[in-house]
Amino acid sequence: MKEKEGKELTKQGAGPENRLVLICFSGDLDKALAAFVIATGAAAMGMDVVMFFTFWGTPLLRDKKKKVGGKDLMGKMFGAMLPKGVSKVKLSKMNMGGMGTVMMKSLMKKKNVASLEDMLELAGEMEVRIFICEMSMDLMGFKREEMIEYPNLTFCGVAKMLEEAQNSKVQFFI
Amino acid sequence: MSADIKVDKVMDLKGMPCPMPVVKVSKGIKEVEVGQVIEAHTTDPGALADFPAWARTSGNEILKTDQDGDVIKFYIKRKV
Repeated sequence: MKEKEGKELTKQGAGPENRLVLICFSGDLDKALAAFVIATGAAAMGMDVVMFFTFWGTPLLRDKKKKVGGKDLMGKMFGAMLPKGVSKVKLSKMNMGGMGTVMMKSLMKKKNVASLEDMLELAGEMEVRIFICEMSMDLMGFKREEMIEYPNLTFCGVAKMLEEAQNSKVQFFI
Repeated sequence: MSADIKVDKVMDLKGMPCPMPVVKVSKGIKEVEVGQVIEAHTTDPGALADFPAWARTSGNEILKTDQDGDVIKFYIKRKV
């Protein structure tokens, strides 16, 4: 009963004037963190939130535990070279062969800043909707079976994202 | 605790950086009835701007803000 009331509160007033669409283009740790902070913050403010993951953002949604076969050579190459999920992404600056990313992660832990894994789970709890760009997946040879389990996941193209963006007041490209 | 405000729930959000104080308080407010009051403690200086913005947007009311050293205390009334 409480939970139901809560949902109504979260989504109250969530029409075009209270919707946020984030285009998550970047596959960098820092930019993804910014995207998730904005998404969860917006959900906390009662906004309806859509995150559209495209191009380099797509690998963030791969499940590190899942393995799929039947890929062609390019698919295998992309699969091996791109990060497998949010825990594997690197900083866009000061990565220093991975050392910078390790340091940043330990600093985040020390300062209680939520990790991308935590943020993704939190986004799910807060009913943030995630869209995955089918074209990017196809280009990089990702299959639906290797993507994460997420409560509000849609595989789609640009039109579905634009429909949401047209009915939103705030749009960010990250 | 403030003498003139009846508090129904206290939330300890100390040590949590952005966006967690606002995320937690948005969940916590749903655990009290409309008209009841939450007392939230945070050490995030950004909360001084963030909590009022959150309250305005979500339609809730901040009754009072106290600062005690590094700890900021918000008294928030659930309005919707």
